[in-house]
Amino acid sequence: MDLHKLSLSKQLEGLQKGDFTSTELTSQYLNRISELDGQLNSFITVTEDQALSQAKAADDRYKKNNNFSLDGLPIAHKDIFCTKGVLTTCGSKMLSNFEAPYSSTVYDKLDKKGMVMLGKTNMDEFAMGSSNETSYFGPVKNPWNIEYVPGGSSGGSASCVSAELAPIATATDTGGSIRQPASLCGLTGIKPTYGRVSRYGMIAFASSLDQGGVIAKSAEDAALILEAMSGHDPKDSTSLKLDQPDLTNNLNNPIKGMKIGLPKEFFEKEMAPYVLKSIEEAIEVYKSLGAEIVEISLGNINLSLPIYYIIAPAECSANLSRYDGVRYGYRCEDPKDIEDLFMRTREEGFGAEVKRRILIGTYALSAGYYDAFYLKAQKCRQLVANDFIEAFKSVDVILSPTTPGTSFKSGEKTNDPVEMYLQDIFTIPANLAGLPGLSIPCGEHNGLPLGMQLVGNSLEESKLLQFAHSFQSNTDWHMKMPNI
Amino acid sequence: MKNYSEDWEAVIGLEIHVQLSTKSKLFSGASTDFGALPNTQACNIDLAMPGVLPVLNEEVLKMAVKLGKALNAEINSPTSFARKNYFYPDSPKGYQISQMDKPIVENGYLDIETENGGKRIGITRAHLEEDAGKSLHDDFEGQSGIDLNRAGTPLLEIVSEPEINTPKEAVAYLKSIHSIIRYLEISDGNMAEGSMRCDANVSVRKIGEEKLGTRTETKNVNSFRFVEKAIQYEIERQIHEIESGNKITQETRLYDSQVNTTRPMRSKEFANDYRYFPEPDLLPVNLEKEFIEEVLATMPEMPTEKKERFVSEFSLSQYDADLLAADKDIAEFFEEVTKISNSPKLSANWIMGELSAELNNENLNIKESKVSSNKLGQLISRIEDGTISGKIAKDIFEKIWTTGKEVDDIIKEEGLEQVTDDKEIELMIDEVIENNPQQLEQYRSGKDRLFGFFVGQVMKASQGKANPKQVNDILKSKLEK
Repeated sequence: MDLHKLSLSKQLEGLQKGDFTSTELTSQYLNRISELDGQLNSFITVTEDQALSQAKAADDRYKKNNNFSLDGLPIAHKDIFCTKGVLTTCGSKMLSNFEAPYSSTVYDKLDKKGMVMLGKTNMDEFAMGSSNETSYFGPVKNPWNIEYVPGGSSGGSASCVSAELAPIATATDTGGSIRQPASLCGLTGIKPTYGRVSRYGMIAFASSLDQGGVIAKSAEDAALILEAMSGHDPKDSTSLKLDQPDLTNNLNNPIKGMKIGLPKEFFEKEMAPYVLKSIEEAIEVYKSLGAEIVEISLGNINLSLPIYYIIAPAECSANLSRYDGVRYGYRCEDPKDIEDLFMRTREEGFGAEVKRRILIGTYALSAGYYDAFYLKAQKCRQLVANDFIEAFKSVDVILSPTTPGTSFKSGEKTNDPVEMYLQDIFTIPANLAGLPGLSIPCGEHNGLPLGMQLVGNSLEESKLLQFAHSFQSNTDWHMKMPNI
Repeated sequence: MKNYSEDWEAVIGLEIHVQLSTKSKLFSGASTDFGALPNTQACNIDLAMPGVLPVLNEEVLKMAVKLGKALNAEINSPTSFARKNYFYPDSPKGYQISQMDKPIVENGYLDIETENGGKRIGITRAHLEEDAGKSLHDDFEGQSGIDLNRAGTPLLEIVSEPEINTPKEAVAYLKSIHSIIRYLEISDGNMAEGSMRCDANVSVRKIGEEKLGTRTETKNVNSFRFVEKAIQYEIERQIHEIESGNKITQETRLYDSQVNTTRPMRSKEFANDYRYFPEPDLLPVNLEKEFIEEVLATMPEMPTEKKERFVSEFSLSQYDADLLAADKDIAEFFEEVTKISNSPKLSANWIMGELSAELNNENLNIKESKVSSNKLGQLISRIEDGTISGKIAKDIFEKIWTTGKEVDDIIKEEGLEQVTDDKEIELMIDEVIENNPQQLEQYRSGKDRLFGFFVGQVMKASQGKANPKQVNDILKSKLEK
């Protein structure tokens, strides 16, 4: 039986009924990984032994009828989540030898519910990139066409779920790193409200923007696992003081009479005709389901990219200072003195994109530039957030493309950082405002998938998933899988 | 003790780092105990492992609120944290979490006593920050070791206005802060262990000049005495430089107590652009009104209040009250002694006299005193009730110090009760007069000074036990006959 074809909830049902064991399910994924990942490079580490022993433990619990809520379901974790005793590299040479001494809250929560870790997925170095080409462990390929990129920074998570090497994967999103690869790989990816998912043990890129989430094959699958990852964590001071939300019970409620906002600033932009066509078709689906379409204005939305490229590098310049070769991770050979140790460790341990952002951030925070750059960016960030607050007074969700187009060829944008940064033009605003956003497949072009983005009001993940699920209940874009 | 010409004045501001005596660190659960084996008290957060996050230890908020009150300052709410970026091997994150725009304590003052009377010193701010680790250079050939036990220990940095003008004022201010933090029990204030550290910003200018001179910051001064000496040295050095036609460089200097000089740190040892920005891992902290009121309800009596009470309640002199109240432990000891002795004045004299001499001798603090407050109180009460004389009491004090015995046991065992029976004293006096006819004759012919000789002889005869007042009275009447 091709267990990997089943949805996550069907897999859970099968495990609970005893139709198959977690060991069978896990082995099937492990076999697929060893068979197919050679061409994709979506995993940095495959934790085969650990996975099989976790699976066996789950099977034992099922036998004794004292199983956990998600017992025996396999999952892949982005290599940004610390996992005790397992290599946690963040896609960097700097941490290429780093075995985490503790586990992230996200890992712990899913582990306690019985989920089986298949391995750690490849990613752009320190989550900086939109094509998964900045990883020290080599680029990840898009299963739809291996000459194309899977998107980034959670490219490994998207690629492995798309190729059905894992039923679902954790991911993180600072400016679009869940939604953009989900869009480019034909998947459902959700970034919840800032503070929903604990950042403890999730290696920091830009603390005020980073948020954990999942990349899945459907909104239904995503809801099941995002729910289990969420909830207040006393170890993360920015975590919201809210219990684990119920994200599944609202999925099947009709969206009739609800309002979808279309930001005119996005649609005024020059948009590829095939993108516009797919979005218009999706809008028609929603109309047919009884939703009302409203044009809205997010007047400051076009400031988002420049705001982001001040704040994210500024925070990263401090967050990445700890990688100095003193306590763990990469250390240069034979340092002359402490200055040399710092300088050469960082020179040799970081890749070009990471260095570029550290430099930008350091510059933006420097005496004399702070007010003009960082402080101004923070003020503008508030303006963007205010636009959303205003918009959500009249609409339930905001719809747009997730990305300017389908995937692009490996190497196509690597020499033009600004062109690469434009990948996130639709996704960044939700991070600046701390709002939940998701991407679901809504079309294809030249054999490559394309996604649309839905952004919701603060804490309204449930409504977002409801919109996504009702679309997926009436279309089959999310059912299309690459031939690999 | 100005060693420079009268037309110069110094302008001094102090930055005092106070290590808060919390059980765990500012942003982690690791212990803050001093003296543990290197790196045994550094958890993943202190080690700045990838992915860890700070969580504020709320105990420090209470401590800071108390200090703010004692410094007559405003408490900022919300108060927020900032990152101060610099690379140093004992700074694990590559930045220190500190406070910039909204320090928890702001705009206060402290009244100090100076040679020229009272003076008010403004307090700019007091902010929370985490301590760094330590670099160890001695035990590793050609390498350095890093001990991160201290990394993340909570500090309050108290910044004064540049309103101090002499080294003595600086010490008075520092001692006053020391007294306050000890009273509030927010720090042990141990300068030798680094629980209280002082950096001095010093500049000089001609008296009457409004513009401030270029200042230097002198670091690493770890005793009251060194603070005075370091500032004195720095003032004289700056005046000498200027008078020799040189300019003062704005720089950080290190005090070397071995040779009593300050010298510039290598320029690399201090960064100049810390690139402060708001700490995104910590939300601004709101201090609710009820929280502040609850904390203030636990404020102890402060040194100034205690001093005033000692004067009004116990009729102590300003001077005695000031000395006793400056140190919380001494003040408490004094009150315990007085409770038993019922004689505040005598208790104060004994504590500042005999007791403090013994403590100094053996380099002990008052909590380590070998004569407890209880025993000292009893000893004084035995003087008061006439059982023993003050002179005998000194001997008994010595005996308690060495043996730890009870006051009354020593008196009984050694038969040291004072002789207060008039008859017995008369007999002794008669014998003395009889044995010294020559002195008697001289006395009676006008040599009054010989009275002391007779007193001495009587006391000697009684082995010091005769009640001196009775001896005086009876002797006087006998000699006059």
